[in-house]
Amino acid sequence: MRAALAKFWGGDLAWSWRHTPVAIVATFTLLIMLIAAFGAEWIAPHNPFDLATIELMDALKPPVWADDGTTKYLLGTDSQGRDLLSALMYGTKVSLLIGLAAVAGAMLLGVVLGLISGYAGGRIDALIMRVADIQLSFPAILIALLIDGVARAVVPGDMHEVIAFPVLVGAIALAGWPQYARTVRGSTLVEKNREYVQAARVIGISSPVIMFRHVLPNVLGPVLVLATVHLATAIITEATLSFLGVGVPPTSPSLGTLIRVGNDFLFSGEWWITIFPGAALVLLVLSVNLLGDWLRDALNPRLS
Amino acid sequence: MFAFIIRRLLQAVGVMLTVALLAFILFQYVGDPVMIMLGQEGTPAEREQLRRDLGLNDPIVVQFYHFLANAVQGDFGLSLRQGQKVSVLLRDRLPATLELSIAAALIALVVGVPLGVYTALKRNGKLSQAFLAFSLLGVSLPTFLIGILLILVFSVQLGWLPSYGRGDTVKLGWWSTGLLTVSGWKHLILPAITLSLFQVALVLRLVRSEMLEVLRADYIKFARARGLTKRAIHFGHALKNTLVPVITIMGLQLGGIIAFAIVTETVFQWPGMGLLFIQAVQFADIPVMAAYLCLISFIFVLINLIVDLLYFVVDPRLRAGLGKSGGGH
Repeated sequence: MRAALAKFWGGDLAWSWRHTPVAIVATFTLLIMLIAAFGAEWIAPHNPFDLATIELMDALKPPVWADDGTTKYLLGTDSQGRDLLSALMYGTKVSLLIGLAAVAGAMLLGVVLGLISGYAGGRIDALIMRVADIQLSFPAILIALLIDGVARAVVPGDMHEVIAFPVLVGAIALAGWPQYARTVRGSTLVEKNREYVQAARVIGISSPVIMFRHVLPNVLGPVLVLATVHLATAIITEATLSFLGVGVPPTSPSLGTLIRVGNDFLFSGEWWITIFPGAALVLLVLSVNLLGDWLRDALNPRLS
Repeated sequence: MFAFIIRRLLQAVGVMLTVALLAFILFQYVGDPVMIMLGQEGTPAEREQLRRDLGLNDPIVVQFYHFLANAVQGDFGLSLRQGQKVSVLLRDRLPATLELSIAAALIALVVGVPLGVYTALKRNGKLSQAFLAFSLLGVSLPTFLIGILLILVFSVQLGWLPSYGRGDTVKLGWWSTGLLTVSGWKHLILPAITLSLFQVALVLRLVRSEMLEVLRADYIKFARARGLTKRAIHFGHALKNTLVPVITIMGLQLGGIIAFAIVTETVFQWPGMGLLFIQAVQFADIPVMAAYLCLISFIFVLINLIVDLLYFVVDPRLRAGLGKSGGGH
């Protein structure tokens, strides 16, 4: 284990990381947000969902540096007297969980279908790529609206909050797989004419083994880069859907839900209810994007 | 070439049929329009009457056949909520969305491509780094947040630009345009910037990374060795070869722009198709939703088709490959 770590630290990727200040800053920003999000239950100053500790008297308090601010609520409170900092930490966790789950689903589906499509060619290829086309003609927002609408019609009203989470993940994952499939298919088309694949075929290795043992590792680089960028997109998509009111319910708000709620107070001067969740969202997405950027350049030998 | 076009056309029709079927099947199960239109007060007789009038009592296959036959003629029936013809509703809303989307796409190309070329050529320049930082911000800022921030700054704080609606419009036949009035242009600025910012950043980054790859290619080195001018190398050789992926992405993005107009239109209360769609979803207005989806898909399939055909114009290798393999696209 230690040897492996030492090897990684001495490797090209780690070297590049240590020499890219932006990547270091992004990593630590992301780490802090991850700790704040997943440790929210233990380190958040308040529990914004514990009705017993919420006092309506404390509603709409501005941040601590404003005239009416108190140190009890560092970033102020919302219209129901919930501590905004705590709500942010819980909200970041919801946003991250949905984003990660959606990316994993999209990646799995897209890589497998892309490999099959590129390697098998012919009718299977045409079919999968057509399905990808159809899929792409329904952008994430539309797919989510569709799935959400269908789920709401099929499932009785009191179950909506229970299914909101899986529905959202499924919707974003389903919306994202064609990009992976297209990327993997493209690289597979190139790879399958290489000598090593022909050699593997000549010695009688079965197609699935060639695809997943030999071709897959060679097409995975772009996929990893795509996944980091997609994580940022997935988080944005979730936030957008929640902002439109078809995402996470207000009872366990994500960053998008918080922004939606706060938007109503923008014109009356309570800017912090919108701006802080917005800033957290941007910070999260920005650091993920910066890491993705660095990763793409670091993994591309032609650019170094 | 001709056979390829025919095949692609057939595929496009197949895609459209599938989309129509999906739209039809899905919306068969969303909400009960009769309950929504009549509310709780309607008597059973009234409900039955309405069901019959809307054709909701026919078998599914018959309903789908009617749906298809009418859809081809642009007739998607009556809006369940507003009682108006869906085709008329969409037609009234189409100009608003198209003007917004095309304005955003133009901004994306006119600003994005030059910035992408610049940042690739002056890779380590200060200005390039600034543009890149801006592009990252553009990709990282969600559309609705950009809209909110722009409204906060330019409408609430500075009071320079209006924050909602389309302003005064002029009718040219059935097409209502906001481009002929000062108020229309003023109203267009914030939504168009909001919608385009992500695309600008995307085009910038795409052109930059493609340029960087191409600039390392052997034929560029060879062109340098031949003593061609920088101008000829950068724009005659390098930029030309970066255009293939740019065309693809921009084509695909145009569909995305129109779809993302939903968000922009919601933030700015822009009276386009996206706003109509969101309202339709809220009221389970099946005909409007189905029509919107089919229209969006049609636009998208059309763009895809054009992009595929443009490939052949731009990339001679594909033409050569097609002759040999018989079009294994």
